[in-house]
Amino acid sequence: MNNRIINWFKFSSPQTFYPLAGKMIPWFWVLTAVFGLAGLYIGFFVAPTDAQQGEGYRIIFIHVPASWMSMFIYLVMAFWAALGLGFNTRLSGMMASALAPTGALMAFLSLWTGALWGKPMWGTWWVWDARLTSELILFFLYLGFIALQSAIDDARRADKAGAVLALVGVINIPIIYFSVKWWNTLHQGASVSLTKSPSMAQTMLWGMLLMALAFWMYSIAVSLTRVRAIILERERHAGWVEELPELKS
Amino acid sequence: MNWGSASEFFAMGGHALYVWGSFGACAALMVIEPLLARMRRNQALNELRREIRARNESQDET
Repeated sequence: MNNRIINWFKFSSPQTFYPLAGKMIPWFWVLTAVFGLAGLYIGFFVAPTDAQQGEGYRIIFIHVPASWMSMFIYLVMAFWAALGLGFNTRLSGMMASALAPTGALMAFLSLWTGALWGKPMWGTWWVWDARLTSELILFFLYLGFIALQSAIDDARRADKAGAVLALVGVINIPIIYFSVKWWNTLHQGASVSLTKSPSMAQTMLWGMLLMALAFWMYSIAVSLTRVRAIILERERHAGWVEELPELKS
Repeated sequence: MNWGSASEFFAMGGHALYVWGSFGACAALMVIEPLLARMRRNQALNELRREIRARNESQDET
């Protein structure tokens, strides 16, 4: 064996990952605070009033990051689920389970802030258009994943069933993303895209990107906290758990 | 600077309910979720402590 190759499988063991996650969590909280404070400052004090929407548009600084994260977390969750199905690694299933509640929270925030934005701008809290409906389906996919896993007692079987659901649900992600292009919707098109320059003021864009980074760091911090709890719950009979310093006191 | 005074800031140009309803819900959930995750870990640790103590006591008796 070439010893310059990092043994990634080492990090896929709960025993190695548990203390590593514990060391990383405080740093992700620090990053969340730094990006969040900078994003809020730019969002409220630097970004100008919108010509059409007045101050109401400032909801964008949480609506867009929450929506992005709701989709991104789903992809990461499906990735871990697929890895667990393919390689039968224990940690993968735990990662998928740890991500689901945070993803559900982001989907909920996306819908909630969307409703509060829609009321003053469109005159309605909710319409059954393609973007809104597919995001609602994403929220239900998260809830379904959580419910399915908690209904099965055997953790490994729960992982497998959840993984199948998560992978089938991936089809919804491009539907959400492209819904504003494929169908005529009330929801506006993408403000930021990879192929053309953003259709918004520079400072607004910076505020949004900083808030998106803050939401990203938050998601990592909270799901690492949750995965540590899940590791303890599932590995309770493993010898290394009893040797943990936090159990010695 | 966008705001002449604090009250202007909180009024959000007449959109206070919508803007603060969004940011408020977001802040509340992002405080509650980490606390729940931490509680879950503490519960798991407490259960493990109880199990280890119970095992040690039963060993002492024999």
